[in-house]
Amino acid sequence: MSAQIIPSRTPAETALAETFGAVKGKLPGTAAIAKLREDSFGAFAEAGLPHRRVESWHYTDLRTIMREALPLAPIPDAVAIEGLRKDFAQEPIAGVKLVVVDGVFVPELSDQVPAGVTVSSLASVLSGDRADLIAALSAQGLGTQDSIVSLNAAMMQDGVVIEIAPGTQVAEALNIIYATASSTPVARFSRSLVVVGEGATASIAESSFGDGGRTGQTNGALIFAVGDHAKVNHTAALTGSQVGSIRVESFMVSLGAKAKFDSFALITGAGLLRRQIFMRFNGEDAESSLRGAALLRGREYADTTLFVEHIAPGCVGRELFKYILDEEAVGVFQGKIHVAPEAQKTDGKMLCKALLLTDTVAMNNKPELEIFADDVACAHGATCGGLNEDQLFYLEARGLPYTEAESLLLEAFAGELVDEIEDEKLVEAFRGEISAWLAARAKS
Amino acid sequence: MLEVKNLNVSIGGRKILNDFNISVKDGEVAAIMGPNGTGKSTLSYVMAGRSGYTVESGEVLLNGENILELEPNVRAAKGLFLAFQYPLEIPGVATMTFLKAALNAQRKQRGEEELSTPDFMKRVTGASSKLGIKSDMLKRALNVGFSGGEKKRMDILQMALLEPSFGILDETDSGLDIDALRVVAEGVNSLRSPTRGFLVITHYQRLLDYIVPDTVHVMAGGRIVRTGGKELALELEKSGYSEYVNEEKAA
Repeated sequence: MSAQIIPSRTPAETALAETFGAVKGKLPGTAAIAKLREDSFGAFAEAGLPHRRVESWHYTDLRTIMREALPLAPIPDAVAIEGLRKDFAQEPIAGVKLVVVDGVFVPELSDQVPAGVTVSSLASVLSGDRADLIAALSAQGLGTQDSIVSLNAAMMQDGVVIEIAPGTQVAEALNIIYATASSTPVARFSRSLVVVGEGATASIAESSFGDGGRTGQTNGALIFAVGDHAKVNHTAALTGSQVGSIRVESFMVSLGAKAKFDSFALITGAGLLRRQIFMRFNGEDAESSLRGAALLRGREYADTTLFVEHIAPGCVGRELFKYILDEEAVGVFQGKIHVAPEAQKTDGKMLCKALLLTDTVAMNNKPELEIFADDVACAHGATCGGLNEDQLFYLEARGLPYTEAESLLLEAFAGELVDEIEDEKLVEAFRGEISAWLAARAKS
Repeated sequence: MLEVKNLNVSIGGRKILNDFNISVKDGEVAAIMGPNGTGKSTLSYVMAGRSGYTVESGEVLLNGENILELEPNVRAAKGLFLAFQYPLEIPGVATMTFLKAALNAQRKQRGEEELSTPDFMKRVTGASSKLGIKSDMLKRALNVGFSGGEKKRMDILQMALLEPSFGILDETDSGLDIDALRVVAEGVNSLRSPTRGFLVITHYQRLLDYIVPDTVHVMAGGRIVRTGGKELALELEKSGYSEYVNEEKAA
């Protein structure tokens, strides 16, 4: 006989089970998908909300933090869509808009896509017969051991599925925009997929409009299946999350041979934000650069957890994440690079740098390497420190007031990651977000 | 006009400047020479307003106003310029961005209008061509990857743009070969004017062959122990500092 301790369910876990029971019949998909939802919810229910004894969630004890489960967002109705259409008209957005409202893709609010690009809703894919897309939606199993990803697979309401035909060069950025139609706090579960065909080139941006993704509870997943020789630029503006909101974004990327993948994410805001990245180098000689900057003050909190798997030889992975922590903010970075025995000649470098501006901030920094191949060049590093006093004095001695000198150095620190973005307009936009954050900080 | 009166400074309880006095008139170039560890760099940092030093007593008067209580940026706006012994590299900050920010911050502090971009550009190109600063240097991040000579020239360019009423050159010859030294010295000489004073801090006489001082002061034990004309520098080159150091120890 072995005794097993079964922790009692929290109110949030109970509410999630009730919600799933109530909505599962209405969630989109074939019978096979319904079965997959049941299995996924089973996996979630067994593990529960992640807590500190789950290694990858050690610092972010969601089980304790998430006190309630908000009701599932209703499907946006015609009135809500009309209202959003007016809002969008007032704030022109660059690129090709693909609008997801409370987890649901809304073609009426979205733009026409260029030739070679096909867009459909997740719901239609789940109800259809495209076995290849259904398979791609499981992201080759990336992240399935994570109970939040399982919960997403069980509850996914909708999302956008983008296919880029092989060889297509998409000039304009495809801009996935998260919006909300609900005036009360809701939960939303979306799963989106981008399939980039062999030799294609594309830019995908994620951003929020209004309160979209900034309030309530968001469990989002974005999956990239990048074909051989394809090139993808990705950016995510995870900015302005509001007090009390909980947002978990799972980002799964699989790369084909000689593919190039570049990604930058900016995180600001007062809600709890967890970004988890699961990346796999499937084909040889692929290259990836993952970068992220988190600017946090007050009692803000952001967690980036990264798992990069090298299973093919000759790939180059660069992961660089930076945190600016002020007042009583808390940052978490966990990064693990796994190099399988067959992934010889892997070149992997991971670095996290945190600037701690007060004595009351906290940074939890955990880089790891797991290497089973013998001919690799892998490195990881983590630094925590303050601004360089000599540099500050140099700038002051040239006439810059202390706060201005500080802002200049902070902007340089975070801006370095932005400058590598290929699209100049996006560089400018992210630079603008960073300076606005610094200006607000300098004023207070 | 710069006057330092009875300045006493310590770091962590250790006395560095000891009743230090000096006076440099407008248009005058004064040199301070002395052995290592005698407080020369402390003097320049305290004047420029670096934190970490305890000023126990005394005054630093710039054009008659005591600046010791002022923030470093305010001292700069009032006309004090410190050319660093080792100018800092600032990765990620474009040189032009920095120059414009510094110039406009000083103007703002003085209640003057900000410079327009064309006016600013005109001043930068004018000053940089005199100093042999190529435009690609201006496009890089501030001092990043610059040679020792390039960094010093960049500091002198800043001085030319900011037009201070008083310049302190802290060991400007450190890390320079003879050609770089000549270029930097020419830059400084071109900024000499009847309305601008300089304090040149060095422990080698070599620099003073190129920037010829009006007065030479010998510093030892945190104070001026001897004052003379430019010939004093030559004398020191022959005899060294030993007599002053010994004198200090005996005292």
